[in-house]
Amino acid sequence: MPDLHATTALPLAQGLYDPRHEHDACGIGFVTHIKGHKSHDIIVKGIEVLINLTHRGACGCDPETGDGAGILIQIPHKFFARECVRLGFTLPPAGEYGVGMTFLPVEKHRRLQCEGVIERIAREEGLTVLGWRDTPIGASTIGRVARGSQPYIQQVFLARARGMHEDQLERRLYLVRKRIETELTDAYIPSMSCRTIVYKGLLLAPQIAKFYRELCDPEVVSALCLVHQRFSTNTFPTWPLAHPYRYIAHNGEINTVRGNVNWMYARQSVLSSPLFGADLAKLFPIIQPGGSDSASFDNALELLVMSGRSLPHAMAMLIPEAWAKNEHMNPQKRAFYEYHASLMEPWDGPAAIAFTDGRSIGATLDRNGLRPARYLVTQDDLVIMASESGVLAIPPEQVVRKGRLQPGKMLLVDTVEGRIISDREIKRALYGRNPYQLWLKENQINLQQLNDPPRQHGADSETLVLRQRAFGYTAEELKMILGPMGVKGEEPIGSMGNDVPLACLSDQPQPLFNYFKQLFAQVTNPPIDPIREDMVMSLTSYIGNERNILDETPMHCHTLKLEHPILTNRDLEKLRRVSQGDFLATTLPLLFPADEGSKGLERALNQLCRRASLAIQSGYSLLILSDRGLDPDYAAIPSLLALAAVHHHLVREKSRTQVALVIESGEPREVMHFALLIGYGASAVNPYLALETVASEAGPNKEAQAKATANFIKSINKGLLKTFSKMGISTLQSYRGAQVFEAIGLNRNVIERYFTGTASRIEGVGLEVIAEEALRKHAHAFQPVTESEPELRLGGNYRFRANGEYHLYNPQTISKLQHSVQQNSAQTFQEYTDLIDKQTRQLCTLRGLLEIKSSPEPIALEDVEPASEIVKRFATGAMSFGSISQEAHETLAIAMNRIGGRSNTGEGGEDEARFGTDKRSSVKQVASGRFGVTANYLVNADELQIKMAQGAKPGEGGQLPGHKVDRNIARVRHSTPGVGLISPPPHHDIYSIEDLAQLIYDLKNVNPSARISVKLVAEVGVGTVAAGVAKAHADVILISGDSGGTGASPLSSIQHAGVPWELGLAEAHQVLVMNDLRGRVRLQTDGKLQTGRDVAIAALLGAEEFGFATAPLVAMGCIMMRKCHLNTCPVGIATQDPLLRAKFHGTPEHVINFFFFLADQVRRYMAQMGFRTFDEMVGRSDMLECRPTPDHWKAKGIDLSTILYNPPVPSRVARRCVDQQDHGLTDALDHTLIDQARAALDHRQPVEIRLPIRNVHRTVGAMLSGEIARRYGSAGLPRDTIRCRFQGSAGQSFGAFLAAGVTLELEGDANDYVGKGLSGGHLIVYPPKNSTFLPEENILIGNVALYGATGGEAYFNGVAGERFAVRNSGAKAVVEGAGDHGCEYMTGGTVVVLGKCGRNFAAGMSGGFAYVLDELGDFAEKRCNLTSVDLVPMGEDEDMVRSLIEKHVAATGSPRAQWVLENWTQMSPRFLKVYPRDLRALSVAAPQEAIHV
Amino acid sequence: MSDTTAFLTEPRETAPRRPAAERVRDWFEIYLPFPEQKLRTQATRCMDCGVPFCHNGCPLSNLIPDWNELVSRGRWHEAVRQLHATNNFPEFTGRVCPAPCEASCVLGIDTPPVTIKQIEKTIIDRAFADGFVAPEPSATKTGKRIAVIGSGPAGLAAAQQLARAGHEVTVFEKADRIGGLLRYGIPNFKMEKHLIDRRLEQMRAEGVRFRTGAHVGVNVAVEDLRREHHALLLAGGAEQPRDLRVPGRELAGIHFAMEFLPQQNRRNAGDEVPAEQAILAGGKRVVIIGGGDTGADCLGTCHRQGALSVTQFELLPKPPDERSPATPWPLWPMQLRTEGAHEEGGARDWSVSTVRFSGDEDGNVKLLHTVRVDGRLQPIPGTEFTVDADLVLLAMGFLGPVRGGLIEQLGVTLDQRGNVSTGENYMSSVPGVFAAGDMRRGQSLVVWAIAEGRKAAQAIDKYLTA
Repeated sequence: MPDLHATTALPLAQGLYDPRHEHDACGIGFVTHIKGHKSHDIIVKGIEVLINLTHRGACGCDPETGDGAGILIQIPHKFFARECVRLGFTLPPAGEYGVGMTFLPVEKHRRLQCEGVIERIAREEGLTVLGWRDTPIGASTIGRVARGSQPYIQQVFLARARGMHEDQLERRLYLVRKRIETELTDAYIPSMSCRTIVYKGLLLAPQIAKFYRELCDPEVVSALCLVHQRFSTNTFPTWPLAHPYRYIAHNGEINTVRGNVNWMYARQSVLSSPLFGADLAKLFPIIQPGGSDSASFDNALELLVMSGRSLPHAMAMLIPEAWAKNEHMNPQKRAFYEYHASLMEPWDGPAAIAFTDGRSIGATLDRNGLRPARYLVTQDDLVIMASESGVLAIPPEQVVRKGRLQPGKMLLVDTVEGRIISDREIKRALYGRNPYQLWLKENQINLQQLNDPPRQHGADSETLVLRQRAFGYTAEELKMILGPMGVKGEEPIGSMGNDVPLACLSDQPQPLFNYFKQLFAQVTNPPIDPIREDMVMSLTSYIGNERNILDETPMHCHTLKLEHPILTNRDLEKLRRVSQGDFLATTLPLLFPADEGSKGLERALNQLCRRASLAIQSGYSLLILSDRGLDPDYAAIPSLLALAAVHHHLVREKSRTQVALVIESGEPREVMHFALLIGYGASAVNPYLALETVASEAGPNKEAQAKATANFIKSINKGLLKTFSKMGISTLQSYRGAQVFEAIGLNRNVIERYFTGTASRIEGVGLEVIAEEALRKHAHAFQPVTESEPELRLGGNYRFRANGEYHLYNPQTISKLQHSVQQNSAQTFQEYTDLIDKQTRQLCTLRGLLEIKSSPEPIALEDVEPASEIVKRFATGAMSFGSISQEAHETLAIAMNRIGGRSNTGEGGEDEARFGTDKRSSVKQVASGRFGVTANYLVNADELQIKMAQGAKPGEGGQLPGHKVDRNIARVRHSTPGVGLISPPPHHDIYSIEDLAQLIYDLKNVNPSARISVKLVAEVGVGTVAAGVAKAHADVILISGDSGGTGASPLSSIQHAGVPWELGLAEAHQVLVMNDLRGRVRLQTDGKLQTGRDVAIAALLGAEEFGFATAPLVAMGCIMMRKCHLNTCPVGIATQDPLLRAKFHGTPEHVINFFFFLADQVRRYMAQMGFRTFDEMVGRSDMLECRPTPDHWKAKGIDLSTILYNPPVPSRVARRCVDQQDHGLTDALDHTLIDQARAALDHRQPVEIRLPIRNVHRTVGAMLSGEIARRYGSAGLPRDTIRCRFQGSAGQSFGAFLAAGVTLELEGDANDYVGKGLSGGHLIVYPPKNSTFLPEENILIGNVALYGATGGEAYFNGVAGERFAVRNSGAKAVVEGAGDHGCEYMTGGTVVVLGKCGRNFAAGMSGGFAYVLDELGDFAEKRCNLTSVDLVPMGEDEDMVRSLIEKHVAATGSPRAQWVLENWTQMSPRFLKVYPRDLRALSVAAPQEAIHV
Repeated sequence: MSDTTAFLTEPRETAPRRPAAERVRDWFEIYLPFPEQKLRTQATRCMDCGVPFCHNGCPLSNLIPDWNELVSRGRWHEAVRQLHATNNFPEFTGRVCPAPCEASCVLGIDTPPVTIKQIEKTIIDRAFADGFVAPEPSATKTGKRIAVIGSGPAGLAAAQQLARAGHEVTVFEKADRIGGLLRYGIPNFKMEKHLIDRRLEQMRAEGVRFRTGAHVGVNVAVEDLRREHHALLLAGGAEQPRDLRVPGRELAGIHFAMEFLPQQNRRNAGDEVPAEQAILAGGKRVVIIGGGDTGADCLGTCHRQGALSVTQFELLPKPPDERSPATPWPLWPMQLRTEGAHEEGGARDWSVSTVRFSGDEDGNVKLLHTVRVDGRLQPIPGTEFTVDADLVLLAMGFLGPVRGGLIEQLGVTLDQRGNVSTGENYMSSVPGVFAAGDMRRGQSLVVWAIAEGRKAAQAIDKYLTA
């Protein structure tokens, strides 16, 4: 595989930092003249757009150096012609030459060499070098860091060869550039084209025109201007990584990039194009190594366009709409997508991409629509598209149309034809290109069509146990995983965290799968909800010999379509005997001689790879890797190892795309196993033994067996979707080969050879141990089974078993800890910690492999900072009131308040009765469900914690089952008793890093005195994310380990997602120090911290604060039942059952004793190391050393030096928090509001305020609301006490957390997150009175309005974006149209929609009511997700709805609403009431309880 | 578990005992049968804990939640496999074990624990009844010979494990029957002896050889044993009784419990005990000194022999009725225990120290002179009293293995308490000589003996096959 980071200017990988984890997200935009009229004004406007998007970008430690900004324009021919004459050469007419913008080395000799190479290559390709031009720059206008890495910027002018037309020239320029890129690793070419030129760099938006001086020249004209402002998670100076690239500017992230790049590399061998002929090879590698995801995407797009596809065609191939589950899509369009799906996998991930080839310009959104993109069209033929509305001041009367891009849709302006081309027209043209439907019909094969095999493998009960033993099945797996899957058809749920040893430290033989951990999306991109947003997800895949993607023939869809990747024995046999078209399968055995150990294994792997190559050469297109047939002499190669070995071998051989790999193995049996096999390239898996096992568990009845296997397959499939969605990936096709895993404890040899490109940071076991583990199981299998042993090993992974896997929380440690705090016995506590610390040395955790050094000059214990100070650094974990009982929750709060530490509300809100008392939790969590997050809640906090992920289940949401939602909990969460509650996987206002910055800004506005913390979970790359979070102005970053607890989570998540905090914390600390960002944030860590030693090690690795959840729970009486999800906690902690709650005997003293014992132990370590104050200890990883473990068969290979790495930075760079963040609150418009509202605030007198507003005014009303909540609590002020009238385009989060008594009226439009967390206030938005368009057909407010609103009213005279009123729990709103996913997860309140809705309305809605005017009559069929709601007539609610509409007319003057009222008798029957089914059931059962509109 | 909330709704219920008046007239076990359905319901009370403390409470780490579940679902055959996986002789522990597992059952934090012992007993009784217990001879033979000295639970467990590992095992027992304490220490009403016999039958079929009347160091030469075997396991128990060295101890009618109890077991087995040696409680006023399990065994035996009255004295203070705070859950609770024998009559008194005996002119004991003691076991002046007695049984515990003989001849090192000292590998100071059970850890429970026997067997196997 190509080395991924040869040409970036990023630092080399060091310690735990690896440059490939850089992320970025940003603001994008373009301005264009539809008719193609070139003007300088377009550029001026483009730059203005860019400047108005500045807040979406970021700057790092140097406030003058941005993360990157740039613009792309058409080549300003006149200007260059003039300039070149001045330089002594003449340009030919426009279109007959190209301009290369070059970033060259500053050092002169090297630069000249580079110039020489460029000239040579150009000449070799038949172009004439006309001359060079130094690009005039204003070097002094940019930041210090940017200057430090600024390249030498020159333009080179290349003339066409005689007779070349423009397209040929463009193609030749592409070829030249690719050759230069391959040859010169220290030069970078932002653009080389005869049509466009890119100006970009490590700049802030306002600097761009000052730096590239010619951009101010009136002769520099263009008809289009594409702009980009970057917010990178990191700030290492990288000029090349600024956007735009040659064709695109991208806001978002490609989650599957690793797989996409691998596949592109693998398919190079079959590429051919008549347009390039033999020259094609000069383009390789197609994907330039070291590029970002966006750069890689640009490379792929460029190839497709340069080889003849239109720009929209190429975009639709790479980022297709969600077509697979959309039955309402035009069948020809579906066929177009399906045809292309058999060509290549989608590039998957959140993306708003603006693209241009210099003639047309456009933009598209990914299938999820997770990025904002708004546009408007003016009467003088301008189209302005940007991430936000209001980026250019356009007089309202000039506006023809305001729109937004919708998921999967495209906007295109063809400046040559001079018109806007709608998505419908673009797609129609695309699907009209060829008879795709026919092609598919004639060439595509599916499993059902294949002949039934004459025979298939049956079950063999005789050898079942033997084979189960051979593959390491345990009784526990049968009981807890396979059995339940067969019965219920879904993955089993568990609770509390994972406290067993890492696979590389366990004494038990582990499946190779266990050495891997799933990666997941956090902050830089959102996870997806695979259940409620199932419409974007797909398990369909196409297998078969992949053809040249540059061509388009019927044979390209000669593929085998699989609906899902799990094959029954019958399915597999069909494949094995397939003989249609080019399909031909062969089976390769996965066995190795048991007596030859690792040597035998290695030989077998080599042989397997050789056989695979041979099979391809012999024309086989399906390789079935099978471990059937093991016997006493031959053991099975671990299936994952075999697969990955073959996959990477074939990728290296560039023959990978000619063959599909299918696994026939007895080994895979849980979701993680299948995810790994697919993630490393398998097309399908036949888990024959798991299927047999499930059937046998179901008993002798054939029907029951069939049902059980079907259920098993169903649960694996569901689990796979869940696993993809955690990473923000929607389709199996793009997940395949994407390798979104991190290995823990596999050594370099294994990784490089078999798992190329996978992160593995602490070395570890090699092939010998892998072989040994396989052989131990094999030996066990062939030992006769006696009557006095269980047939299978018991396991003990999920629950403690005396002779099973080791657990940190075991009977001894739990009882010692409880006895110590109950008896206040430091002695017993020491016995407890000795058990843990000693046992960690018996290998369970990474910290167990570390040793704390002693200082040559230890100090006396009494000279060490007192314990009473140290305990202030302790916090308890976020456990919601709901997941644990009121008694337990309050006990923790009281204890932490007494010692000056912090307890955390968790995500369930907090009873207002606790505010201001010692039962108050000082940390208030803001999680994706936003339960009970009101202005009043926010102001009653010392810290606001944004939970991005949770250790036990990163990338997933949560669910509180209805039986736990009692009256009290429902009250606090603003929901209905007895109705279950869903926390979505993502925060719907955080799809990227700049969104997180926005939420931080929102919260800080409401409560400026609270510190904001962001909770992340450790995974590879978390350091880069942390750097981004620091730049987003978080005050505290919490790095959670993977082992943290949970009230309920799928077992596979508890076990397989995330990594230990040691890795995450160390990485975050190192990257923050390297970026000089560490001084601005405090670092906290948590995840099974249990002893003083754990705390000391965490501090030495960089943590200032420490979180504990399980330990204090145990101190209060928790005995790790792991039954939290069943509500049957026998000690009254994780239950709401009054009978069980009465059994709670914990006291604050128990918790306090625990924390003081802990602090006392920490003090002893401090004395030993010679630290007087805790601060001195932070980040001193030099006081740790690795303890050699030469005797442990696995651990001896582990190397923790990356964890202990200390980045070499000057001493002025802080290594702990010494500074405060500048949250930029001083510019908030709310200061003006508060000033002008004094009379209302102080004396409750009504006031009225009038102000203009712009998109840079963000979060208007929030700070004012905080003031009100602080003074008047949640009741706020009387209605309309403060009335504000604005004109213009409001920035994001307009009216966020607006308190009762405030009314914000806006004439204009608004961006995303209007009325987020609305807390009783009123919002009124309508278009400018002098605008000419119809409000109900134009976009008025952005995405995710009223997210988590708890009360208040909102009237919107226009259309809202996606996810209107998501998780609303109390607001009443009227809107005239809404995008996809309206009222998703809603739990209360009332929403009236007077116009068209998008798809998936009411998904996961469990409370409140929506009334939709369904004029088209397709709401039920096409737009509403009926999984949890019923549609009924308004009935007796009619008067209430009518009065809401009347209020809407009164507030906004809506002509549409007026018309509806005037025609009420015709209209009222067309309203559909969206009635959540749970609620309906309750109201039947207990009518008095249900209705609470 | 099939029912996750049964522990909230189902009360604890165990098999009833036969009426005291009836059972004191025979030597049979005292429990009545317990209906299967009820037992299965009891098994559902198990909460299938994430951390089953019962595991830890049980020295054998019995897989309690696992077989509880199997029983609740009526899967008896699988249940016995799981039971046998950790315990060679559940039919013994299911009867005589004080069930530390139940003491550490999570339910027991504030509700009556799961009836683990009853379930264990039922599983194994059914397994024998249903024919699930068969010999498991080893398919391979190692050719290594091992002598196990002592045939109590430790020796038997070790012998069975070693035989199943393919070794050639001979058990040497000084008494005339195999079983050690199980056979002669434990009265029939707690455990009937045919249970031992059927187990021995299985072991014989597995290749274990038994030599009774073979008192190593007395009639079997230690050197011969050493020469003929690759390893020796000392499992001779802790038979040295603690004596009460007070004036009058030499009077007739004062006996150690272990002189008394075996005689009754012999009689029940059909042996004749010569009249001049017989110790019988019939028609006598009996005082038992020592409030533990052995004392209770004496108590039950005396009643069955027709004692006139029985009084049981304990030196330590009366334990609380509920778990003492000094022994919080999941520790073995200090609390008052009432065994079956206590229901059958007799008086119990605590904090009583016997300071001397006096007798009649024939030298027979007649009177105990006692005094009450305080918390530190110091006599409280003025609390002296006397008790009439014709028979005094000393059940005050044991002080380790009998010194001399075997121990001396082998020359193994003893620990401070006089037990055979071993390393973690159960090997004594003499290479190839191992020790297990009470001989190694001092007087303890049957369940500990089995656990020790198993671990020692594992160590021996490793030693011999390494």
